[in-house]
Amino acid sequence: MTEPLLELDDLRTYFYTDTGVARAVDGVSFRVNAGETVGIVGESGCGKSVTALSILRLVRPPGRIEPGSHIRFEGTDLMALDEHEMQKIRGNRIAMVFQEPMTALNPVFTIGDQIAEVARIHAGMSRREAWAKAVEMLTLVGMPAAAQRAGEYPHQLSGGMRQRVVIAMALVMNPALVIADEPTTALDVTIQAQILELMADLTRRLGTSVLLITHDLGVVAENCARVIVMYAGEVVEEATTATLFDAAHHPYTEGLLGAMPRVGGDAERLATIPGTVPPPTAWPTGCRFHDRCPYAWDRCAREHPPLYQIGGGHVSRCHLAEEPERRAHPHPPVAAELGAA
Amino acid sequence: MVTTLTFVLVHLAPGDPISVALDRPGVTDAVRQQWRESFGLDKPLGEQYVRWVANAARGELGYSFSHRRPVRDVLADTLPRTILLAGLSLVLSFFIGIAVGVLQAERPGGARDRWLGRVLLLLYSVPDFWLALIALLAFAYWLPLLPAGGIVDPVMHDYLSAGGRIADRLKHLVLPVLTLTLLSAASIARYQRSALLDVLPSDWMRTALAKGLSWRAAVRQHAVRNALLPTITLAGLWLPALAAGAVFIEKVFSWPGMGLATVNAIGARDYPLVTAGVLAISVLVVLGALLADIAVALVDPRVRLS
Amino acid sequence: MARSAAAGQSFRALLLARTLRDPRSRAALIVLGLAVLAALFAPLLTPYDPAAQLDIVRLRSLAPSFAHPLGTDPYSRDVLARVLFGARVSLAIAFAAVALSVSFGVLVGVVAGYLGGVVDVLLMRLVDAALAIPRLLLIIAVVALWGSVSVFTLTLLIAGVSWFAVSRLVRAETLVARDREYVVAARALGAPAWRVMLRHVLPNVVGPGLVNATLAVGNVILLEAGLSYLGIGVRPPTASWGSIIQDGAERVSDLWWLTVFPGLAIVITVFACNALGDALRDALDPRQLPLTASEDIVHRP
Repeated sequence: MTEPLLELDDLRTYFYTDTGVARAVDGVSFRVNAGETVGIVGESGCGKSVTALSILRLVRPPGRIEPGSHIRFEGTDLMALDEHEMQKIRGNRIAMVFQEPMTALNPVFTIGDQIAEVARIHAGMSRREAWAKAVEMLTLVGMPAAAQRAGEYPHQLSGGMRQRVVIAMALVMNPALVIADEPTTALDVTIQAQILELMADLTRRLGTSVLLITHDLGVVAENCARVIVMYAGEVVEEATTATLFDAAHHPYTEGLLGAMPRVGGDAERLATIPGTVPPPTAWPTGCRFHDRCPYAWDRCAREHPPLYQIGGGHVSRCHLAEEPERRAHPHPPVAAELGAA
Repeated sequence: MVTTLTFVLVHLAPGDPISVALDRPGVTDAVRQQWRESFGLDKPLGEQYVRWVANAARGELGYSFSHRRPVRDVLADTLPRTILLAGLSLVLSFFIGIAVGVLQAERPGGARDRWLGRVLLLLYSVPDFWLALIALLAFAYWLPLLPAGGIVDPVMHDYLSAGGRIADRLKHLVLPVLTLTLLSAASIARYQRSALLDVLPSDWMRTALAKGLSWRAAVRQHAVRNALLPTITLAGLWLPALAAGAVFIEKVFSWPGMGLATVNAIGARDYPLVTAGVLAISVLVVLGALLADIAVALVDPRVRLS
Repeated sequence: MARSAAAGQSFRALLLARTLRDPRSRAALIVLGLAVLAALFAPLLTPYDPAAQLDIVRLRSLAPSFAHPLGTDPYSRDVLARVLFGARVSLAIAFAAVALSVSFGVLVGVVAGYLGGVVDVLLMRLVDAALAIPRLLLIIAVVALWGSVSVFTLTLLIAGVSWFAVSRLVRAETLVARDREYVVAARALGAPAWRVMLRHVLPNVVGPGLVNATLAVGNVILLEAGLSYLGIGVRPPTASWGSIIQDGAERVSDLWWLTVFPGLAIVITVFACNALGDALRDALDPRQLPLTASEDIVHRP
C-alpha cells in the first residue's frame, strides 16, 4: 500500500481557558491518500475546523496541539518542524480554503495582489511575474476579464467570485493537499453547486487531494470518495461514501442522515437529533453520544467505545458493533426525556 | 457659529482693552474715552460684530492693543512659528507612535508589549507643561546642552554664519518639539496598539498565515495596513489638540507662537487678537477634519470606490 | 457584552473579581487610596499650615532639608504642607468634576441613544462640535475673560466641558442595548421609556462609564494643573498641585523643588488612575468573557 499523503495519528488539540480545558480535538486519527477527496462531517462544535487548523499548525494560544500528536505529511511529521519550516509548507504544499470569503480576504489589497503574494512568498517571483501568475489563476477559476478584475478589491466582487479568488489563492503553488473548511456554507445555494463543481474539476485535473469539511451531507455525497464523521472531538465513523449512505453504522450518522432532506423522500417532518452538542470542556463519560442516542444502554454510559472495525475500511465508535441485537430496541434518548430537544 | 460664540464670550467679560492697555496713573478717563471712540469700542455691540465680520472677510482683522500692531501682522509672525512646532510634532509623533504601537502589538501581552505599555502609560500621565519644565531643568540648566528658550539666540544669532544660524535654530527647536512629540506619540501609540489588536483576530490574518507568511510579516504587512485607517483619521483631528498642547510648551520655552500670544492677549483683554486667535484655531479644526477625510479616502479602497 | 439585566449581579461580581485579580489595579488602588488618605489626613501629617508664611526673611526659598522635607517657597511656606493640602484641592476638583460630568454625560447619552430621532441628532451635533475644540482652549477663553474664578466655579466649568466624550460612548452602548431582547420585551410589555432606560439600559452602560470616569479623574487632574500653572485655575494663595508649580515658575532653575515635587505627585496619581482605568477596560473586554462553542475559541488572537 502506498504511503498516504496525510496521516493524523492521535491528534489532540486542547484549549486552556478560564472556564476549563476545552478538548476540542481529542484523539483523532485518519488518512488522506494522494488524489483523494475525503470529507469530514459533523455539527458545529465537534472539532472539525480545529482539526483543519491543527494540520497547518495555525492554532494559537490558549490552544495548543498536545504532545503525542502526530501529523505525517509526505512522510514528515509536521509536529517536528519549526515555525520557519511550517511556513514553507503553508500555502505551498498544503493550502486552505476558508468559509467566509468576504472576511477571509484583506479588504485593503487588490485580489490580484493577494493571489500574487503567495507566488512571491513561495516561488520568489518578482512583482510582475507574480501578477501574471495571479491573472492566470483567476482565469483558471473561471473569472471573466481576469486581467482587469485582478485590480479590483474584495468588496467589489460577489460572494461566489470571492470564493473563486480564495480557491485561486489556494491553488497557486499546486499544493498536494487542499483543506476546504466549509467552503460553500456562506454562499447561495445556486452558487454552492458552481463552486463545488469548480473545486472538483480543478482538483481532479491537478491531482490535488482535498480534505472537505462540511456539516452538509449532501455536499459529501456529491464530492467525496470517503467520509469521516466527527462528534465531540472524536472520529465516530469512517467509510466510503457509498457505504456510509447505504449502511451507516453509528447512531449519530443515522441521525444526520435522517435529518437530511431528500428529493423524492417522504414529505414528513425532518428528524432531529434530540439534545445538543455538549461543551468541549465537559465531554460526557463513556460514549459521548450516549445521552442523545436511541439505542444506548448501561454499558454506553460507562465504557468509552473504541473504533470498532465493521469491515472493508469501515469503522465505527459504537458498542453496537459488539452487541448488534440492541439495535432492535430503540427508545427515546435521555436528552429527549429531559426535555432538552 | 464659532465666531459668533467667541465674539459674544469675549465681549461679555468685564473691562476692555483700553482700560488694561492704558492702565497707568496719569491717564485720565477722558483720554481713555477718546481712545475708545477712535477704535469704535463705544458703539453698540451688534454694530461692532458686523464691522468685525465684514473686516475679517476682507482679511482685515483689526488692531492689537497689547502688541500695538495690526492683528494681521501679529498673526503673520506667530502663526507660522506655532505651525512649525505643531507640524513637526505631528509628523514625528505619528511616525514614532505608529512604530511603537506596531512593536507592541506584534506580541500582545509579551514582555516588550508590557514594558513599552508601562512607559507609554507613564508618559501619558505626565502633564505636558511639567515635562517641559523638567526637560528644561535637565537639559538647559543641570546639563547645559540646549538653550533655555526662545527661537534663536537673542544675542549671537545675527553674528553667526549661515550654517551656524541654522544650527542655532535647530538647537532651539529640539526641546520644544521633543516634549510635544513625546506626549503625542504616547497617545498615538496607545491608540495604534488598540487598533491593531482589534484587527488581529480577523479572518484575513488567518488567511495570511495560511499562505505561509510569518506572524511578524502578517502583522506588518496586512494588519498594519488595516489598522492605519483609524489612526490616520486621528491625524487630522490631532492638529488642534497639538495646538492646545503647544500653549504650554510655548510658555515654558518662551516660544513666540500663536498659543502664547493668544493666552497673553486674553489677559490683556485684547479682543481683536483673541478673536483672531480663536478663529485661527477653528480654521485649524475644520482643516484638520477635512484633511482626515481626504486621507481616509486615499487610503481605504472601500471608501474610495463606493 | 452578552449579559442580561437579570444576570447583572453576577456580571458585576465577575467584573470586580477580574479587576482585582489584575496586579495593576491592586497597585493602582493602593496608590489612589494613599493619595486620598494623605489628602484627608493632611493636617495630621504636617505641623505646618499651608498658608502660613513662617518667616519671610529667613525661611523663604529654602531647598529641601530635614525641617522642611520638600523645601519652602518664596513666601516661606512649607512645601510639603502645601502639597498635602494641595492634594485636597486637586483631588476634590477631580472627583467632583468627574462625578458631575459623567452623570450628565450618561444622562444625555442614554436619552439620545434611546429616544433617537431629532433629539439624538441635535444632541450629537452639539457634542461633535464641542468635541472638536480642545477643552483647554475653551476653559482658557472662558476663565481668563471672566477674571478669577472660585474653585467651585472652576469645578463646574471643567465638568461643563468634560461630559461630551462620555455621552458619545454611552449613546453607542445604549444603541446596542436598545436592540437586546430584554429591552424589546420590556417595551412590548408597555414599560414607560424612563423605566426601561433606568432598569435595562443603564446597567449595560455602567461598565464603559466606569472606565471613562476613572480615566477622566486623571485627565481632570492634569487639566486643573495646567490651568493653575497658566494662572487661570486655582489662584494663589490656595494651594493645588498646579498652583504650587506656578509659584515656582519664575525661577524654575533655582527653586526646582517647587516644580519637581508637586509634579511627581501629579504623575503618580494620574498614573494610578490610568492603570486602574486600563485594568477595568481589560476586565470588561468581551473577548475575555467565557465562551461556549469551541469554534469561537479558535478565532482569538
